[in-house]
Amino acid sequence: MKKINSFHDFIYMYIEGFKNLTWGKPLWIIILVKLFIMFAILKVFFFPNFLNSRFDTDEEKSEYISKELTKTPIINDKNLLNESD
Amino acid sequence: MNQIDVSLIDWSRAQFALTAIVHWLFVPLTLGLGLIVCIMESIYVRTGVLKWLRTTKFWMKIFGINFAIGVATGIILEFEFGTNWSNYSWFVGDIFGAPLAIEGIVAFFLEATFIAVMFFGWDKVSKKFHLASTWLTVGGATLSALWILIANGWMQYPAGMSFNPDTVRNEMTDFWAVALSPVAINKFLHTVISSWTLGAAVVLGISSWFLLKKREKTFALDSIKIACIVGFTGVVLSWVTGDGSAHQVAQKQPMKLAAMEGLYEGSKGVDLLAMGVLTPGKQYDDSKDPFIFKIPVPVPDLLSYLANRQFDSYVPGINDLVNGGYDTPKGKALSIEAKIERGKLAINALADYSRAKKANDEPAKAEAKKVLDENFAYFGYGYLKSPADAIPNVPLVFYAFHIMVILGGFFLLLFPVVWFYGKKNKFAKTKWLQWICILSVPLAYLTSQAGWIVAEVGRQPWAIQDILPVNAAISNLNVASVQLTFFVFLFLFAILITAELKIMFKQIKIGPENENEKNTEKLSNQ
Repeated sequence: MKKINSFHDFIYMYIEGFKNLTWGKPLWIIILVKLFIMFAILKVFFFPNFLNSRFDTDEEKSEYISKELTKTPIINDKNLLNESD
Repeated sequence: MNQIDVSLIDWSRAQFALTAIVHWLFVPLTLGLGLIVCIMESIYVRTGVLKWLRTTKFWMKIFGINFAIGVATGIILEFEFGTNWSNYSWFVGDIFGAPLAIEGIVAFFLEATFIAVMFFGWDKVSKKFHLASTWLTVGGATLSALWILIANGWMQYPAGMSFNPDTVRNEMTDFWAVALSPVAINKFLHTVISSWTLGAAVVLGISSWFLLKKREKTFALDSIKIACIVGFTGVVLSWVTGDGSAHQVAQKQPMKLAAMEGLYEGSKGVDLLAMGVLTPGKQYDDSKDPFIFKIPVPVPDLLSYLANRQFDSYVPGINDLVNGGYDTPKGKALSIEAKIERGKLAINALADYSRAKKANDEPAKAEAKKVLDENFAYFGYGYLKSPADAIPNVPLVFYAFHIMVILGGFFLLLFPVVWFYGKKNKFAKTKWLQWICILSVPLAYLTSQAGWIVAEVGRQPWAIQDILPVNAAISNLNVASVQLTFFVFLFLFAILITAELKIMFKQIKIGPENENEKNTEKLSNQ
């Protein structure tokens, strides 16, 4: 068995390893199918980045988030603020 | 955030929980079995005895199947952050992103590089280099866990940041306060070490199956020896780190601790419960007894010690946390209603700041910033409608916590008993114990998942403790799209788990390869 002495041998180890897969073959098929479904289907069609798909700049995004986070009722009872922490 | 549909929150949480639960089926076995494989290969390299090579290769194969099926399932969680939890993703800024980026760059590449040497490098690199690659792969997986758990720890105890109202983001001011937060460190140690126990339980279960089938006796008994050592070490250290984690929960998330123990009325010198049955339908503001029955741990005042390291110390219950008024090191505790009002002040101050910024009104900006800074610690409470919103699902947290603890006790007993039977050369003939070991495999997974239920359900309603609840963290999406992706995931995960179990069971049935046969096969192929 040839030992690894160079970067070329190291790359060859990968190529040989993949060529001689036995029980690992179905695993690699599963990995590739899984990655395809995740990145080419789920990410593209079902999981667009919510903010990136609606706004172009960070300023627009922060303005939107600011509006989202400040839609809330006003203070009900100021007396409660007199309690100390 | 009144316009958000409650079912959208529930479906988004359910989707995230489903993904996290499935991801966590793969991770602990990678961490636990990885360590066991490292130890086995170290023995082989040190002794040169071929049976350890055979043993290492078999368990490495099981490790590889689990690693391959599980790899990248965690990335789906990151998709969900960007789509379903966009307010949260923006609000946390670089604090959450930095550990995840380090995880991706350092740890993942470490794993990806050396795992190939692990599987393809037998006979092609020296024994010591191969061993180093195995340790580095497992070390890389553990480093991945470290950065993810640092990010999670920050959500449980936000530290080392300041809020910038201009960008509406939290900005990291102290990397080490984030990375070395006591919550993150305890969480990392407890999670990784308890995964060793799960890995050991899996090795114990599969090895016992071989013994029941009267196959591979030497291999099985050797594997069991290592599993007992790793499992027992893991379970003892899990108890120690679990104590540390619970202490941090008491200090930083007292509502979670109260839910874990079903403690509604606090007092000094509180007992820790071994088990109990909660009264169904109990609400924090009714007069029902919280328990139908309860069994305390025989050491009195243990919960007080666990919480504050003093047996006679005060532990607040759910009602105390809701009503406030008890003494804390910082003064009297605020009620939840007062925190809600302070939170609303902070939210209004953020709105005032934005308006002042648009109007270029510097004095108004400064005034709004001052109010925001003074009340930011309660920012998230402003989104709660009533004190009841600040209480997690008590039965789920209570039962999950006690199931985890009881099963932790079971494993503390199991590994020494198996070791004892093995030492007396009786284990191979003790079928009832072999069956217990096989049945312990799902129990190990249940323990691990129960721990995460305590950690994550126990901190509800918070996405970020005290600062952002889930109802404010969520994207304003159509609920139907979240439902659709939930079922898509359910379907995909079912296929993945089925594939893993099918391939794994097939390889287990084949058993460890005979090195001589393998060499002959290789020669005949040449």
